[in-house]
Amino acid sequence: MAKQNKNLTIVGAGKLGIVLAQLALKAGYTVYVSGSGSPDKIRLSVEVLAPGAHALTLADATKRSDIIVLALPLGKYQSVPKDMLAGKLVVDAMNYWWEVDGDRDDLRNPETSTSELVQSYFDTSRVVKALSHMGYHHLLDETRPVGAPNRKAIAIAGDNAADNQVVAQLINDLGFDPLHIGQLSAGRWLEPGHEAFGANVDSDTLASYLHDLPPSYAAAVT
Amino acid sequence: METTQTFKFGLDSFGDIPVDDDGKLMSHAGAIRQVVEEAILADKLGVDVIALGEHHRHDFSISSPETVLAGIATRTKNIKLASGVTVLSSDDPVRVFERFATLDALSNGRAQIILGRGSFTESFPLFGYELRDYELLFEEKVELMAQVLKEKPVTWTGTTRHALAGAEIYPKTESGRIHTSIGVGGSPQSVIRAAKYGFPLMLAVIGGSPERFIPYIELYKQAGEQFGTDTSEIGIHSPGFIADTDEEAVEIAWPNHKINFDRIGSTRGWPPMKREHFDEEVAKYSLYIGSPETVAQKMAKTIKALGVNRFDLVYGGGPMPAKARLHMIELYATKVIPRVKELLAESDGISGKTK
Repeated sequence: MAKQNKNLTIVGAGKLGIVLAQLALKAGYTVYVSGSGSPDKIRLSVEVLAPGAHALTLADATKRSDIIVLALPLGKYQSVPKDMLAGKLVVDAMNYWWEVDGDRDDLRNPETSTSELVQSYFDTSRVVKALSHMGYHHLLDETRPVGAPNRKAIAIAGDNAADNQVVAQLINDLGFDPLHIGQLSAGRWLEPGHEAFGANVDSDTLASYLHDLPPSYAAAVT
Repeated sequence: METTQTFKFGLDSFGDIPVDDDGKLMSHAGAIRQVVEEAILADKLGVDVIALGEHHRHDFSISSPETVLAGIATRTKNIKLASGVTVLSSDDPVRVFERFATLDALSNGRAQIILGRGSFTESFPLFGYELRDYELLFEEKVELMAQVLKEKPVTWTGTTRHALAGAEIYPKTESGRIHTSIGVGGSPQSVIRAAKYGFPLMLAVIGGSPERFIPYIELYKQAGEQFGTDTSEIGIHSPGFIADTDEEAVEIAWPNHKINFDRIGSTRGWPPMKREHFDEEVAKYSLYIGSPETVAQKMAKTIKALGVNRFDLVYGGGPMPAKARLHMIELYATKVIPRVKELLAESDGISGKTK
């Protein structure tokens, strides 16, 4: 198993970004948070809502950790310079949410998952989709220790087994059972409009929500 | 005692379409008249405030809350008349003021505004706004609204509306100020924005544990300290339903809540609601559904935990029988509110918190 890096950088200081920062702090991580602009804009929010986390510029925050969680509106992913994430493991926690992103043809591609769009933009990073399907308030309310009954599950879709394992450890640390569902392309089954979207259930139930995932997508990753 | 006297209890409606005694879905017009009747009953029974939300969809009858409130104004005496929310991003702050100042005149000073970005977006294409601009639209319009509310000549420039130079806006109110809050759903920036302009905060808690908002209240207060603004007024808005027994309340609320949720969810990509999630929300989180005692206990617990001074119960979600809605209002006013007051008075620490 990959050695767990206990630093975590979160890009996005909105509802989801703040909740993930709170969970990671509780799990003993050193947490760096960046918003879209100057850290001054998010400093008070971070200090009060996630005390102990560090509000930094994007350039600064992305240097501090090998794992970067993207928790900004999907429509803004290209506002993160791809060079800043070069060589990093990127956790894509974003969804196409037209009510925030606006009506965007480029994000409504029926052929690929939005995570594949993110991967093709960050072409020098390794993207894994995770922490995207459960509502942010359930993420905060529903953490449980390892082995607790009815521990809730978070799905992981990624092309590289070692990276998936690192993300699985992160999810486990945050208080959820990781569930590997397949390659990055399988992330489509976690998106809005699919049964697993919004899922706040245990591992077996989450797996049952993915019954229509074709075997080719769920094929073993390398 | 001080707390229970200053504490405000509200009822919020989006103008959901109820069914009549024969189980037939009412018309939009009938649904609007139903809300007026409910507000009259709430006023008679001493509920502090009724708040009506703005939607532009088939399943909610109210797109123009202040017009419905104006109707209510002429038939009620004491109840405060609020929007909940006014979707400011796709409205014009000057017109919003004019309409609510008119309502304030008709109601002898009972008008209130709750400004919000709204969690629905139908108004954007309808009025010619781009969804992708929603953050900028709200930011600029809140800034202008804050100025207009001072009822002095307004000078303003921005990018989302033409500029104003020393404009007087009429009618002026008798009190000189329309009570105006900002409704937020948990975005930290929205909380800070409310504190920046010194607007009271209304927390929309429509799912999950209310306790998770405790840090947001702290954020509001700390931001208020930095800006030097008043942050003493904080309210919460959550959905619920009351019947004579827990079983009856759940039996009426569940199918209607599901219809409501699934209809909204289908446009957002949520799968249909499952019964176990409804039960979990009722048992642990933010659905205030049950007998008067159950709902009162749950409300008191939330009010104490958060130290808020206003609780608005959103009622009537889905095609609920009109009769059940009226009975709910009666139970809320005559049983739940007195019981919550009693529970708050019993608890010691609370008066210091909510003063």
